[in-house]
Amino acid sequence: MARLETWTSKLRRTNAKSDFQPANVSPHRRKQRSFTIRLWVVRHARFFEWFYEKFANLFLFLHPFWKAVGYHRAEKPVTFVERQVKGLLFDCRMCGQCALSSTGMSCPMNCPKQLRNGPCGGVRANGNCEVEPDMPCVWVQAWSGASKMQTGTDKIMAVQKPVDQSLRETSSWLRVTAEAAQEKESVKS
Amino acid sequence: MNPVDTNPLDAGAPLDPLPGHSSRGRLERVLRRGEFAVTSELNPPDSADPNEVYERASIFEGWVDGINAVDASGANCHMSSVAICALLTRMGYAPILQIACRDKNRIAIQGDILGASAMGVQNILCLTGDGVQAGDQPGAKPVFDLDCMSLLETARSMRDDERFLSGRKITYPPNVFLGAAINPFAPPYDFRPMRLKKKIEAGAQFVQSQYCYDVPMFREYMKRVVDMGLNEQCFIMAGVGPLASAKTARWMRSNVPGVHIPDHIIKRLEGAEKQKAEGKRLCIEIMQEIKEIEGVSGVHVMAYRQEEFVAEIVHDSGVLKGRQPWKREPLADSAIVAERMEELVDEQKQIPAEMAENAASNT
Repeated sequence: MARLETWTSKLRRTNAKSDFQPANVSPHRRKQRSFTIRLWVVRHARFFEWFYEKFANLFLFLHPFWKAVGYHRAEKPVTFVERQVKGLLFDCRMCGQCALSSTGMSCPMNCPKQLRNGPCGGVRANGNCEVEPDMPCVWVQAWSGASKMQTGTDKIMAVQKPVDQSLRETSSWLRVTAEAAQEKESVKS
Repeated sequence: MNPVDTNPLDAGAPLDPLPGHSSRGRLERVLRRGEFAVTSELNPPDSADPNEVYERASIFEGWVDGINAVDASGANCHMSSVAICALLTRMGYAPILQIACRDKNRIAIQGDILGASAMGVQNILCLTGDGVQAGDQPGAKPVFDLDCMSLLETARSMRDDERFLSGRKITYPPNVFLGAAINPFAPPYDFRPMRLKKKIEAGAQFVQSQYCYDVPMFREYMKRVVDMGLNEQCFIMAGVGPLASAKTARWMRSNVPGVHIPDHIIKRLEGAEKQKAEGKRLCIEIMQEIKEIEGVSGVHVMAYRQEEFVAEIVHDSGVLKGRQPWKREPLADSAIVAERMEELVDEQKQIPAEMAENAASNT
């Protein structure tokens, strides 16, 4: 009797015949480049913590400006800059709710499981990812980055809320600024 | 049987939750009483036959305090964990529902938590889940909408605040005992105890560990956990399991994510004449060692495809100290179900062919 052809067996059969093997398959369409910059940033997490603090203060200082221009109008150019800068440094995925200062400057959205609360149990003994064996585990990196930072080890213990998918591709910088400004005003009044 | 494990009003009725307990389940009772708990894992069938589940559960009867219903472990497709739990609770077993974040988004997961609790599930184990690359269908879309931590928090807020993640009110909350998994054997090692702390903050009341074959390493981990006082906030159960042979051990080490088996274990298995028996003996020895470690509240026996040995392993290791776990227990809705069953027995059998004939002759 002929073997029953299923979708999987068909795929397996056709795949075996083909010479084409895709390189570095990633379920999350990771950008095909080395992790050099991302790992360098984690090594200098302390500097980036300091720098971000100054940067966030600058943005907050500019709150009247953002308000005058209108946050909705500033959104597009700021998002563009944010995507380029954070994309280069952290391989940012533009989740719109940046957690970098709580994750040792290692972007958790680069984890194939997109874990935002710490490493899964599948981390390989060499500290690489279970899903992508050639990539250093994002959370092993996060822990080493956090231990270099001043407030990193405290912040990494905060339980992160699930990602709000409706905020994707929006500016995290502006959101944080608007929230901080609101908090400041509510303290004043 | 322990006298507190029977309902004082009616011996056949379900138990009322004790003060400070979040579930009516026996696992929580046993753990909170300070007894050494034993849980095991049911190998989910690749079948739609309920009898296969009943058969596989019956071998644990009277030996374990909870049966884990795994949620497509290793990303391999099997009968769903919610369905297994529904079947098990129907028969009065105490299942532990595993929920992996890999396959379902937050809408499905919250629905499953309510549904499972309605079916009588008392324990839920929140997992991240293995990546899809590990399983039989690596082309699947990995969901990972929540992670184990936010899943724990979601389940806890559903139970304690009686609200969905959106804030919408739940009329009757899922009163479940919440669990999580730990893996002390994967890097970053010094972060692992802190991750347990984070899980406890998110709502974990008990944790089950990954396979423990490296007892010194586990002891080291437990020392730090005890120093942080985490064993008082959470019940820690160590995962153990018999290795069938040196070959399987090698295969597991390189193919099952997160499993750490030291070389000397494999060497010992290789040197043995009967590897399967040696694997069992090794498992019993590890259990006896673990039992003595401070802060450990129980063991979780994962005997994949060797489930028939669980009773023997539990008996020989003596971890139960003569205690016999419940076999079955009644449910909150047992009375209604029993009534329906009686009706079923008394009811005249409906034969579709006859009914069709009658309907045809009436017109």
